[in-house]
Amino acid sequence: MTANEFLGQGAYYIYLISAVLFIFGLKQLSRVRTARRGNNLAAFAMLLAVIGTLLELKFAKGLDIDFRWILAGAIVGGVIGIVAALRVAMTSMPEMVALFNGSGGLASALVAAAVVWDQLILKDGLAPASAASNLGDGGITEAVSIVLSVLIGAVTLTGSVVAFLKLQGRLKKGAPIILPGRHVISLLLIVGAAASGIYFGFVGETADAYATGTIVLALVASILGVLLVIPIGGADMPVVVSLLNSYSGLAACAAGFVINNPLLIIAGSMVGAAGLILTNIMCVAMNRSLLNVLVGGFGVAEGASADHGEYEGVTSCDAEEAAMVLESARSVIVVPGYGLAVAQAQHVVRELADLLEARGTKVQYAIHPVAGRMPGHMNVLLAEANVPYDQLVEMDAINPEFRDTDVAIVLGANDVVNPAANNDPKSPIAGMPILDVEHARTVFVIKRSLSPGYAGIKNELFERDNTMMIFGDAKKVLNGLVNEFKELS
Amino acid sequence: MVIGALVISLYIFVLAMFVGFEVITKVPPTLHTPLMSGANAISGITIVGALTVAVYGELTAATALGGLAVLFATINVVGGFLVTDRMLRMFGRRDR
Repeated sequence: MTANEFLGQGAYYIYLISAVLFIFGLKQLSRVRTARRGNNLAAFAMLLAVIGTLLELKFAKGLDIDFRWILAGAIVGGVIGIVAALRVAMTSMPEMVALFNGSGGLASALVAAAVVWDQLILKDGLAPASAASNLGDGGITEAVSIVLSVLIGAVTLTGSVVAFLKLQGRLKKGAPIILPGRHVISLLLIVGAAASGIYFGFVGETADAYATGTIVLALVASILGVLLVIPIGGADMPVVVSLLNSYSGLAACAAGFVINNPLLIIAGSMVGAAGLILTNIMCVAMNRSLLNVLVGGFGVAEGASADHGEYEGVTSCDAEEAAMVLESARSVIVVPGYGLAVAQAQHVVRELADLLEARGTKVQYAIHPVAGRMPGHMNVLLAEANVPYDQLVEMDAINPEFRDTDVAIVLGANDVVNPAANNDPKSPIAGMPILDVEHARTVFVIKRSLSPGYAGIKNELFERDNTMMIFGDAKKVLNGLVNEFKELS
Repeated sequence: MVIGALVISLYIFVLAMFVGFEVITKVPPTLHTPLMSGANAISGITIVGALTVAVYGELTAATALGGLAVLFATINVVGGFLVTDRMLRMFGRRDR
């Protein structure tokens, strides 16, 4: 065996090591203690994958690698990635993940498109035959994989961008956008995608036909991606981002079938499975089926109780009164929601909790599985403020405790504390598990206004006798509370 | 009968899906966001495909597409791992 053969074969063993490290990395990522190491391990596996690829191309396939395009792409992409990752605020993580996800999907689609141009369109002396037969042995698989890679990649891209805009509140403030006849349109688009895919792979017999098929497919898939996500309300975005994450894995997997690379198939399908699992966990948390989420239009549904009705008998108070109530409380449960993230109030809520604890009050945080815009969103934010881990209590564990709690502070959460989920079978959120804050002796709801949450419905909690609204930005209100408290003590 | 390359690839695909399901079934909610972000970074493995199509020197539509694929895959990989690490660093601080 020559040195070159040795290095060429070595590439495939490096792929194997890389695949094993990805598995260990993912495993460690799912445990708090080892998560950071797992992430580093996966990053190292990615480095190995890149080294293995270059060895394979140079020594196993005997290609003369020209590094100009690779370096240009890697440097520009690396700088964009570093700057974006380091500058994004913790509260905007979900948006960032959506964007990164979209760029991964785009890359997979581009890989397939590059293969089309390289192997078919720019190749001299091809017989006038279908793409599948011009691709040679395994051409049928390759053509199908190309179609899937472009389709899933493009859907991931535009779907992620729409999810990003919705999470930013730029697209109708995240509200669902329902087009008339959208199911028919979606169906037509799917048929259109299938038709252009078949035309590319098995019908068209010229370079122009291959190009047309690929471009039309990419366009149709892009529109489909937009259409699939716009009817879904902002509250369901975590599910969507997770599902799109799964898609981007599958797109990478399809690209793996195109270039016949086992590592791409392994890592891509693993991520596909991971995304599906997470998606399912989130759907269970909302007591809804995945289909129900994907059909969308949540919160604009017809139904008697989906009114944005006027509120009656709402009591509000200011920071001073609230501080007096808190002063005599022996147990307090904080219920954080997206409002906490928007107001960046995680540090000041910790400050208030410290003051309360100094007076001997028991402070806990009730974490709803879908509070915020991503599962675990609240945990990340509170961890940033050094809130002790054991004070964060999950929904099922904390719900029985509300009855014996003096004060519940709802911080920018809305739908996850709406009693209608339990009491009103006609409500769009009926059956969704909620935090039973209404059972606490006093409930403070810190909120900017009485506007509805993402489900777009009225929250009767705000009308309860034991509920006091404190209107304002969460951070400002909490700062006020902290100051009042310092004066009292 | 010789098992074809496609069949082997399908075996790999199906088995890797099972590995994915098994590895990630039990995750504390705290880690859902970092895990999603980390898995997302791993899906940047498509960089392997991008490198494969970006190796040629002359500027053609194919190499341009390949170069762009490298660019976007790198954003996914570098950004994804960094952002995950930023989140996880915060959990680490708890054990001071």
